[in-house]
Amino acid sequence: MTLQTIKFYQTGTFTVGNRLLDESQRTVQANMRRTNSLNSGHRACQGCGEALGARYAIDAAMRASNNQVIAANATGCLEVFSTPYPETSWQIPWMHSVFGNAASVATGIAAALKVKQKKGIRVIAQGGDGGTTDIGFACLSGMFERNDDVLYICYDNEAYMNTGVQRSSATPAGARTATTPAAGPHPGNPFGTGKNLPLIAMAHHIPYVATASVANLHDLEAKVEKAMGIHGARYIHIHVPCPLGWGSHPSDTVKIARLAVESGLFPLFEAEHGEITSSSAIRRKAPVEAYLKLQRRFAHLFGERPDLETIAQIQEIADRNIARFSLEGR
Amino acid sequence: MLQQLEGSKAIALGIALCRPEVVCAYPITPQTHIVEAIAEMVKKGELEQCEFINVESEFAALSVAIGASAAGARSYTATASQGLLYMAEAVYNAAGLGLPIVMTIGNRAIGAPINIWNDHSDSMAMRDAGWIQLYAETNQEALDLHIQAFRLAEALSCPTMVCVDGFILTHAYEQVEIPESRQVDAFLPPFDPVQVLDCADPISIGAMVGPEAFMEVKYLQHHKQQSALELIPQIAAEFSEAFGRNSGGLLKSYRTDDAQTIVVALGSVNGTIKDAVDEMREAGHSIGSISITSFRPFPLQAVRTALEKAKRFVVLEKSLSVGLGGPLSDGVRKAMSGTGLKGYTVIAGLGGRAITKRSLMALFMQAEKDELELLNFLDLDHDVVNRQLAREKETRRSGPVAENVLRSIGTVASRIA
Repeated sequence: MTLQTIKFYQTGTFTVGNRLLDESQRTVQANMRRTNSLNSGHRACQGCGEALGARYAIDAAMRASNNQVIAANATGCLEVFSTPYPETSWQIPWMHSVFGNAASVATGIAAALKVKQKKGIRVIAQGGDGGTTDIGFACLSGMFERNDDVLYICYDNEAYMNTGVQRSSATPAGARTATTPAAGPHPGNPFGTGKNLPLIAMAHHIPYVATASVANLHDLEAKVEKAMGIHGARYIHIHVPCPLGWGSHPSDTVKIARLAVESGLFPLFEAEHGEITSSSAIRRKAPVEAYLKLQRRFAHLFGERPDLETIAQIQEIADRNIARFSLEGR
Repeated sequence: MLQQLEGSKAIALGIALCRPEVVCAYPITPQTHIVEAIAEMVKKGELEQCEFINVESEFAALSVAIGASAAGARSYTATASQGLLYMAEAVYNAAGLGLPIVMTIGNRAIGAPINIWNDHSDSMAMRDAGWIQLYAETNQEALDLHIQAFRLAEALSCPTMVCVDGFILTHAYEQVEIPESRQVDAFLPPFDPVQVLDCADPISIGAMVGPEAFMEVKYLQHHKQQSALELIPQIAAEFSEAFGRNSGGLLKSYRTDDAQTIVVALGSVNGTIKDAVDEMREAGHSIGSISITSFRPFPLQAVRTALEKAKRFVVLEKSLSVGLGGPLSDGVRKAMSGTGLKGYTVIAGLGGRAITKRSLMALFMQAEKDELELLNFLDLDHDVVNRQLAREKETRRSGPVAENVLRSIGTVASRIA
């Protein structure tokens, strides 16, 4: 009988639990002493990518700072589902002011901590893509250019989900939203629009910019931890599928997030002081159809007569990302 | 120490004496000299333990102050006009959250047409935002009110605006008594917040509140302002005791004791009004005036007491509630409701139009004879208005109003009175 080495899939990968790893290498969520900063009982939808992303990100930030985190939150799903007062899911000092000012509120908190010489306490601002790339963009850019000591985390679910799935500047080309309906000769969100906030953040030459995905939670935690080890303005952009807005099955959230990464539509990379320092190679390359097909917001591209031309345009976007961010398997 | 200073500089020195911990600023005329002077003091190390932050908009300025205040720092900003409107959402938010931020308004008109000169349209637009609003009559009072404002704001955990007439006060040089820092330290204790973002005792601030509790939260804001009606005179009395001069309070009466006609106004125009009152008194007229310092909360009872023996009141206000009249008159009329006292509203000084003693005296003499309309516009050029109305009637595409009116008059600022 020949001996065969069993390779446990969890080891050497970014899979969440990593219980077969040495304790020091395990994820924050694998640790029973995790802080559960965003505690259970909140009112997010089943399969919410944002709740998942926020839980991992903030717990990782808590571990990295010896549980010394204050958060400012933009208006949006995360704010609404976590604090239907008198209930709150936040186990950390947390504040919500208005939709467009989370970055500025965080700047103010950081300034107060500095003047009061509370050195160990770290400040996080967080919001959805609307609160970040649209209405909060001026405040965010100001916080970046002043290099304020704030980590801003954007949970990008690619539309205004809290108000009922309207288009944002992070909505991808071709996607149906309530304000870019799947109707007319060019259904869905127009091609050639939108903005790439991680690249804009890099243009501010801030110390750290990263993208992350709820499909790669160990990587997400590692990036948050890295960001927490740096002072100055930092930005992490997390791709978080939204079953409600994307028309996907709640159990497919992680699968869809993974397909976004593996198709090249959502590149994972890090940048320091405006230069890209690393990117995550695609492990098993997937065609964009695999990603699009699981979401009803792209249903108009399929059916009896698939819109092959539009699908090809989306594939081009993915291919350009793969080339630009060096995502080809290495 | 008595110093010959620009109003803005005096205010900045007053703010510095209050030891603000976070000051954020975005430039807008006419408040800029205040924050410039603070920036210089911070940069030179004269104002220590203060973070001065240059932000990218007024919305960010107040948002930074909101974050800083919630984290327990004494926070200050200043703005005016369009800037105040641009931060409007945060103005309501700071009040709703009960954060005791102090903000100077260098009162200025709101466009269009764009205009940098003084009136009260800006702070009036925010009168229902939940902030306490105090109006300064002189530069000395402007400085003094800021010291009182921090005390008041922090006692109640309610944000407070100190409204200072743009240019007329902010850019005027006059003698101002600058207090000693030990005096201010004795009067204004360090900021002890009622709510604070603290890792040792985490709380959530700014939660969603539904119909089940929103009314109560809003009522409590009103209740807080009602208690300010008691606190404002107390603080003014303590201030007088500590600093040896009268500043602040709810309102100040001038020669009203036996006055048949009483003029009511906010801010620096009270200086001109008092001059007019003096001159008319010398000529045997029975006239006095009231300068209202606290517009929010509005001192209904104090106004009623001050006016109850008069035969009529004239409210002179630098703000037009388009389609109705004047916001100050609304308050005064409410104070006098049921008394049958005659009252007149006079809109004056919009966009920096000079309010001269001569015009005021003519106006007050008309008032004495009850010849005024309920709503009047001081020194309005009816010829210019009628020419424009005729133009509009004649031609559909009659062009932009402001440009047409200017063309009828001459060059910009060729005439201020």
